[in-house]
Amino acid sequence: MDDLIIARSLFGTTMAFHIIFATLGVGIPLMILCAELLYQKTKDHDYAVMANRWTKGLAVLLGVAIPSGTIAGVQLSLLWPGFMEVIGKVMALPFQIEIYAFFVEALFMSIYVYAADRISPAMRILSVTLVALGASASAILITNVHAFEGTPAGFRIENGEIVDVDPWAAFFNPSFFVTAGHVTVSAFMTGAFVIASIAAYKMLRDKKHERLYQFHRKALMLALAVGGIFSILTALNGHESAQLLHKYQPEKLAAAEGLFETQSHAPLAIGGFTDRDTQSVKWAIEIPWALSFLAGDRFDTVVKGLNDFPEEWWPPLFVHTLFNAMVGIGMLLIFLSVTGFIWNKAMKRTDFPRLFMWAVIASGPLAVLSVEFGWIFACTGRQPWVIYHMMKTEEAVTQTGNLAILFILFTVIYVVLSVAVVLVLKYYFRRHPIINELDRHSYNSANHITQ
Amino acid sequence: MTNELIAISVLWGFIFIYAVMATMDFGAGFWSMVYINREKTKATNIANRYLSPTWEVTNVFIVAIVVALVSFFPGATFLLGTVLLIPGSIILLLLAIRSAFLVFAHIAKEYEKVLTYVSGISGIIIPAFLISVLPITHGGFIETIDGVAKLRMDKLFTSPHEYAFIGFAIASTLFLSSLLLADYSNAANELDAYQVYRRDALFLGPISLLMALFIMLTMRSEAAWLYERMIDYLPWLIGSVMMFAIAGIALFLPSTKYTTVKGKPRLAVVAIVIQYFLASYAYGKAHLPYMIYPNVTIQSGFTHPNTFRALFVSYIVGFVILFPGFIYFWRLFMKDKRYLQSNDPS
Ligand code: HDD
Ligand code: HEM
Ligand code: HEM
Repeated sequence: MDDLIIARSLFGTTMAFHIIFATLGVGIPLMILCAELLYQKTKDHDYAVMANRWTKGLAVLLGVAIPSGTIAGVQLSLLWPGFMEVIGKVMALPFQIEIYAFFVEALFMSIYVYAADRISPAMRILSVTLVALGASASAILITNVHAFEGTPAGFRIENGEIVDVDPWAAFFNPSFFVTAGHVTVSAFMTGAFVIASIAAYKMLRDKKHERLYQFHRKALMLALAVGGIFSILTALNGHESAQLLHKYQPEKLAAAEGLFETQSHAPLAIGGFTDRDTQSVKWAIEIPWALSFLAGDRFDTVVKGLNDFPEEWWPPLFVHTLFNAMVGIGMLLIFLSVTGFIWNKAMKRTDFPRLFMWAVIASGPLAVLSVEFGWIFACTGRQPWVIYHMMKTEEAVTQTGNLAILFILFTVIYVVLSVAVVLVLKYYFRRHPIINELDRHSYNSANHITQ
Repeated sequence: MTNELIAISVLWGFIFIYAVMATMDFGAGFWSMVYINREKTKATNIANRYLSPTWEVTNVFIVAIVVALVSFFPGATFLLGTVLLIPGSIILLLLAIRSAFLVFAHIAKEYEKVLTYVSGISGIIIPAFLISVLPITHGGFIETIDGVAKLRMDKLFTSPHEYAFIGFAIASTLFLSSLLLADYSNAANELDAYQVYRRDALFLGPISLLMALFIMLTMRSEAAWLYERMIDYLPWLIGSVMMFAIAGIALFLPSTKYTTVKGKPRLAVVAIVIQYFLASYAYGKAHLPYMIYPNVTIQSGFTHPNTFRALFVSYIVGFVILFPGFIYFWRLFMKDKRYLQSNDPS
């Protein structure tokens, strides 16, 4: 394998690993904040217990999110020095501002966890709000760098020199708001569905135990509400992301849809596999005119096909499948939350059918998968460019060889950390059953997360 | 001051803060491992009480250094990124293990010992690798063949200069952290732990001073350019050694709080931080204008002036916003008696 492929695999693995913990690091603080607010509003002690337990879980997840993010940040410079040279000159602001977001998150996370029993409820709410804000801000800012890769702005390259630098134009590049919004709302929905998964699983398991069952039911309802709202926002915003591709990265959209010929009234291909030789999507369900409408809100919108571009600029064609999978999961999860809402609120049924419960159990892992698919689609679909139509990935890669051994070492570490994190979480929650906390009545002792 | 000088000063500032915070952080992890079986003295307990809330904040500084380097000196990034791939990756791997296991150790009490050993040992190796960046910037270890820069690892790891730095990193990690923990135990009224850490600091202080002298010695032959320039800053170096002496004396002065033990640890900590400040100022100033000798200077690698201006504004705004947060954090964990004296830190 050549070094470029290994470098991409190594970085992709790092990102795929980091993103799981990072997404939960954005999503779970919002759930904690909701639980804290509900506790202050209803004075129902169960919500305090939820906030407490989710915080404990979050602390463990951050123990992996932070070092893996540090790896991601440093690896950018180590593996892609050519890319970072441009970033340093043009797009340094988001990285710099992100540092402040990290500080806010780190300071108030420590305060929320280790000083919970010494600060007032208002201060506790403020702290957890700042944790959620800091985490979201760090996601938004780093995503801005990714947005810049797709829609670079604020500089030109002339004879290999970077000229006309305008850092704020780069910062507010055309896809910043939509892309950052998509990452943030999808992280909120993922955090909510992961919580919903756990709650649904526990409800099935503790069916006989009325007290526990009610506790998990409250958690489930909260998670489904948050998940429902944000899955709808994710889909709406995802639609805008696709329209942005239509405008700024047409070959990526063409690859996502398996469209070869430029045309108006273009059909939408759902499912199937893109076949390079026959220039078609095999076994797909085609909805006539739909793609044109989705891309430009009109049936006569002309959508560019891959044949308009030199073949060496084509993204890998399997991104069609990734894109479909992401959208499919998004739709499924909207359907789940809406059904749950109707069942519970309109039909006033308190128990959900077993099939529904199993679907909810699957929802968390599916949301995480969807995040992975989305990222691989977005990054791989940009290939061969690292900065769209400005810099090729191969121009950015390090010239140092021997990457294979590093790839193996990092992969081993990610496996070890994944296993360890699961074991530690299982161990902790088994040693601290909820029932002990539910019985304790003073809020402070229960919320004294430090035990 | 030129833009380049402002930028390198900010970078230097981050490195200095990180150097102090990280040595305390890694050192505290190590001591919490060493004293884990001595339940009576509470030395481990004290180390954890310091470590738990701070490690995440400390970690942000290493990210801040990398970001400051890339954003102010993108030209240096290319060369540094290329040559540091291997050592940088080793640091990252160790850092990942150490941070994750540190958190795990607090959560999974039954496996606390094993997990603490893993994080304590990986933590003490990290400073040794981190400091290796310094001798690499002194020149002589980077070789360019066909336009591709390569780090000569064989040369680096057979050089006494490198080992002087490694020895210094480990000794001062242990020294600074034991001194800080002595002060922290004193504030927490943990006399047994105080005695333990005071003894460790008294033993390790002279060793780290010796290591610093050893660095100067090897520098004379291996990086003569830097040695000569550092001698120009001799008054700073002498001031630094005097601060060390003051810290030593402070540990023998009568305690203001107790009659049974000796020492004014707060004074000693302040003196030592000044000592490190003076010495690293002399080192940094002598290093200029080179970032990597002789290839990269602060001028040759500098960022675009427009980007610099925008960054500069963001630094000021960021500082103003964050400052109250840091103060609040400090009050809650470094001054609040309820926290310092609480029994279970984790
Ligand atoms: C829970 C996760 C999740 C869900 C359900 C969806 N997405 Fe998504 N999507 C992401 C998580 C995500 C992501 C991981 O956050 C990505 C990767 C890069 C990015 O900017 O966001 C992404 C990227 C991404 C892109 C590529 C942007 C680019 O290449 O620059 C498009 C066009 C869409 N999404 C569109 C959609 C649509 C139409 C959805 C319909 C429901 C959808 N996404 C659901
Ligand atoms: C928002 C910040 C991100 C930035 C700045 C970024 C940047 C990059 C860069 C520079 C590369 C190497 C060049 C390339 O192969 O495209 C890359 C590749 C890759 N990234 Fe991203 N990325 C980001 C987020 C992510 C995330 C969160 C994932 C999570 C799954 C991800 C998945 C990948 C993958 C899988 C590759 C390898 C691409 C391939 O094999 O074709 N990226 N990204
Ligand atoms: C190339 C891409 C990325 C880089 C270089 C990167 C870098 C980092 C770093 C350095 C940290 C550790 C911060 C600390 O020391 O406290 C971190 C943590 C984190 N990252 Fe990433 N990250 C990337 C992608 C992402 C993405 C795409 C998201 C959002 C979905 C994200 C969200 C987070 C969150 C929530 C945390 C933990 C909470 C925090 O400390 O703020 N990161 N990341």
